[in-house]
Amino acid sequence: MSDYPINDDEPVEDLAPQLLPLDAWHRGKGGRMVEFAGYMMPVQYDVEGGGIMAEHLWTREHAGLFDVSHMGQIYISGEGVEPALEAALPIDLSTLKLGSVRYSLLLDEEGGILDDLMVTRWGTGFYLVVNGATKWDDIGTLRELLPDEVTLNHLDETALLALQGPKAFAALERHVEGETPLSVLTFMKGAAFKLGGIDAWISRSGYTGEDGFEISIPGESAAQIADLLCGEPEVKPIGLGARDSLRLEAGLPLYGHDMTPEQGPVDAGLAFGINKRRRTEGGFPGADRVLRDFAEGTARRRVGLTLEGRMAAREGAKVVSGDKEIGVVTSGGFSPSLQHPIAMAYVDTAHAADGTALELEVRGKRLPAKVVPMPFVPHRYHR
Amino acid sequence: MTRYFTEDHEWIDVEGDLGTVGITDYAQGQLGDITFVELPEKGAAVTKGDSVSVVDSVKAASDIYTPASGTITEVNETLADEPELVNTDAEVGGWLYRMTLSDAAELGSLMDETAYKAYVESL
Repeated sequence: MSDYPINDDEPVEDLAPQLLPLDAWHRGKGGRMVEFAGYMMPVQYDVEGGGIMAEHLWTREHAGLFDVSHMGQIYISGEGVEPALEAALPIDLSTLKLGSVRYSLLLDEEGGILDDLMVTRWGTGFYLVVNGATKWDDIGTLRELLPDEVTLNHLDETALLALQGPKAFAALERHVEGETPLSVLTFMKGAAFKLGGIDAWISRSGYTGEDGFEISIPGESAAQIADLLCGEPEVKPIGLGARDSLRLEAGLPLYGHDMTPEQGPVDAGLAFGINKRRRTEGGFPGADRVLRDFAEGTARRRVGLTLEGRMAAREGAKVVSGDKEIGVVTSGGFSPSLQHPIAMAYVDTAHAADGTALELEVRGKRLPAKVVPMPFVPHRYHR
Repeated sequence: MTRYFTEDHEWIDVEGDLGTVGITDYAQGQLGDITFVELPEKGAAVTKGDSVSVVDSVKAASDIYTPASGTITEVNETLADEPELVNTDAEVGGWLYRMTLSDAAELGSLMDETAYKAYVESL
């Protein structure tokens, strides 16, 4: 028995994995710890009712608590922060209200995707959440792009938890106090609250396609908050394995797999990450390529695929049409909710229309697949 | 009947020149929820150490290496509809395939149950 490498981010070279604030907490809960993005993190919990399938389905039906403290939390402020951030990202901050969260992209000069991120207007500056595996590079890129008057604070002693699922609101609301009730938060809105007496920044957002929250708290309080939330009958801790299968069903791309510097926002299907005003005005890194892609289209596109049977196609599987190789799978696996395999792939635009029949090459076999719209499982955001 | 184990966590039950192959309970626990098992072709001639089967879990696909050389005589058809049997009953009902052995001397390099238990504890 030997595993094929899957969805593990590039290991940080020559550095021992670091421990996150909840390391001992995960181990105490039966977490099976693996190295991910330079940290030891739980891939699943080896307890009754644990395992990727059970954790996945629990999140879809109840609420799951995810530790995403490996992600980079950054606060950017100072004189001229707004125009400086608009010069760095293809975002329209003029329409981003206080406490509102927006998806954006960090692009290189050629318009290739360096990372995807969340931007929130918070206080007099902006709160950014970036991917764990890319955070050090992102910080370097942003420091180069931002003028000296703008300060970048890496909130590296702050933990980030995600509470996701249809019962997340009910479980969280019992412990939240604030100037406004938790119910004022709709999808992609955030505010400051006291959570179990601890200062917390809470936004209604996540990476599962479910209603849910992301909760930024001091690292030293993380175990206390995790215990508080997991003390609710609706909530169980959920590992990275289910996080990956949940986001795949939700059609959400994973950085380093479904988007890389090889792709731009248009072929990656992330055009919504380029705000309308910026599509005409440009003025961000890689704008030439992005605006050209909008006008002329791209050679390939990211699509969703469903497979028949039970045999899954994984990252790297070739997509073929007749005798022609027309694409490659970037994420794939068995969908616990749908009980059949699904995948994301980049395919030639001529084969990207919904309903197109294609085949995937897996271990010398050809598996029939069909292009379908994403998400595979409908989003249930609280708008 | 004698049961032997490999360092790759396969088991083989041997009776005369017939063998039944599966993966160990430890292996299924490591793999997690099994969603599909790709079985060898009946009649296929295989050589010890060949990857002859693939066990797919939510997380990953894993090769199964045959613990002995010979010819595949039967595969566990139940696994087509119930691959989770490898999780719930790895060392009995979740067997993968049966084979005739071409070289009984190969078994000498495999572990017995005591040695395998010690091996797993050392991991």
